[in-house]
Amino acid sequence: MEALVQRLAPPPAHVDPDEYDLGADGEGNLNALGVVRGMQVPRVPDPAAFLSTYTNSMSQNPQAKIKLEHGTTTLAFRFRGGIIVSVDSRATAGSYIASGTVKKVIEINKYLLGTMAGGAADCQYWETYLGMRCRMHELRNKERISVAAASKLLANIVYEYKGQGLSMGTMICGWDKTGPAIFYVDSEGTRLKGDVFAVGSGATFAYGVLDQGYSWDLSDEDAQELGRRAIVAAGHRDAYSGNTNNLFHVREDGWEFLGNKDISELWYKYEQEKRDARVAAAAQPGSGEGAQGENPARPTTEVQSVPMEE
Amino acid sequence: MADCSFGITGKDFVLLASDQSAGRSIIKMKSDENKIRTLSPGLALAFGGEPGEFTSLGKRRLMGGTSNELAKRGGESDMIKRDTNNFVDYVERNLRLYQIRNNTELLPAPASAFIRKELANSIRSRSPYAVNLLLGGYDKVHSEAHLYSIDLYGTKAILPYAAQGLGIYVALSTMDKYWYPDITRDEAVELLKKCVAEVKLRLAYQFTFNAIVIDKEGVKNLPL
Repeated sequence: MEALVQRLAPPPAHVDPDEYDLGADGEGNLNALGVVRGMQVPRVPDPAAFLSTYTNSMSQNPQAKIKLEHGTTTLAFRFRGGIIVSVDSRATAGSYIASGTVKKVIEINKYLLGTMAGGAADCQYWETYLGMRCRMHELRNKERISVAAASKLLANIVYEYKGQGLSMGTMICGWDKTGPAIFYVDSEGTRLKGDVFAVGSGATFAYGVLDQGYSWDLSDEDAQELGRRAIVAAGHRDAYSGNTNNLFHVREDGWEFLGNKDISELWYKYEQEKRDARVAAAAQPGSGEGAQGENPARPTTEVQSVPMEE
Repeated sequence: MADCSFGITGKDFVLLASDQSAGRSIIKMKSDENKIRTLSPGLALAFGGEPGEFTSLGKRRLMGGTSNELAKRGGESDMIKRDTNNFVDYVERNLRLYQIRNNTELLPAPASAFIRKELANSIRSRSPYAVNLLLGGYDKVHSEAHLYSIDLYGTKAILPYAAQGLGIYVALSTMDKYWYPDITRDEAVELLKKCVAEVKLRLAYQFTFNAIVIDKEGVKNLPL
């Protein structure tokens, strides 16, 4: 009986009304930490547990009705000529392709880009908000915010919400006083500086192309092509990635959008180019077969015979 | 155990590579185990077990042996490696038997059909084998190289290049990009090295690899 009464009784309010009255610090509806004040959460004892029964955000409940967007491939890498940011455009809800025209690169400002993997709403909201904070920094300090600082703002924000169901894996890419920089930030609170990152369900496939073609001294053109090619590879092998590719190049004077291209069309174009290259190589017998041209019949690879039986 | 193997075909050769780790759970007990078996002069097999399945296998099937006999031999607590090895032994000896009886080697295509059928029967038995295979062979009659991927469910696929185990995630896209029909042997070796490099770079698990090349002259070791 008591259990029944307990169940029927109104749940204790989670949000303390006094929290709304933070007067001193903060601005607008934001408190000093930059957290949205009085953000609405389900009025239940444990909002996170409540949420996880309805969404798959914590991958605990595969039967959940609301499946948040998870499948994606995004990548960014740093090289001599700046930063290449390349992403796909597919949004999935379970096995359903919810959209094929998603903008997964969020233009925070002229010098900063953020990529989007995980929950679309979480990424969009918090990276837009990060843009506001970066502008505030500019106005207050008469100086553009560094990529390190911007990414730390975001990392601190998501850390505040750790365990409450946020889902995002993002790369904050930009050019500051120190040159080009990429920071990986995710909703677990991880923040990593690095040269080559790929995030999302197709990331492993993107890495497979990216790592093997990457070098710091890549030309701008080759770097852009590598960024495209890696997303195409992921779009080809990962069911949750695909549709189109968006490519950005970040230089000292800000980012540049290099266009939106269909991944399937690119894949077949690359396959055709591979065939054409072989035909061309065959047409020139002397310099054919690329670098190993002078050795058509027997391989240079050292081989030793091995006994058939142990 | 985490496995990783690769197969790449060219016009007149097949490369097979496999990791050399063996162990249980997160522990690597051995890093120089050969997981590529030569079945006949033109045929070889790279094999890996399905990780995590060995715990559920109470009784194991051994050709011609009952489960009682198995228990006596202390096979009950053995690890899956024995299981995959058992199967590969069985395949190897039956192919050898065929050669002795008929005085002719089984070509890659019928050999692959035999192996597939054995696994298809196995999965429908009370104690199936948990083994994934990459079968590479040189068909001397047709002068062609073949690569087959056969999984524990009895799925057979004829493929120009393949990865199995953890290598799928990071190196399959590398193969997608760099492989082309009738790839030269040197470039195929380079591609294999790229795949191995990628696995070593991106997978948290530390693998060591051995590799072979199969062509009309037979099976040879390939130093990576």
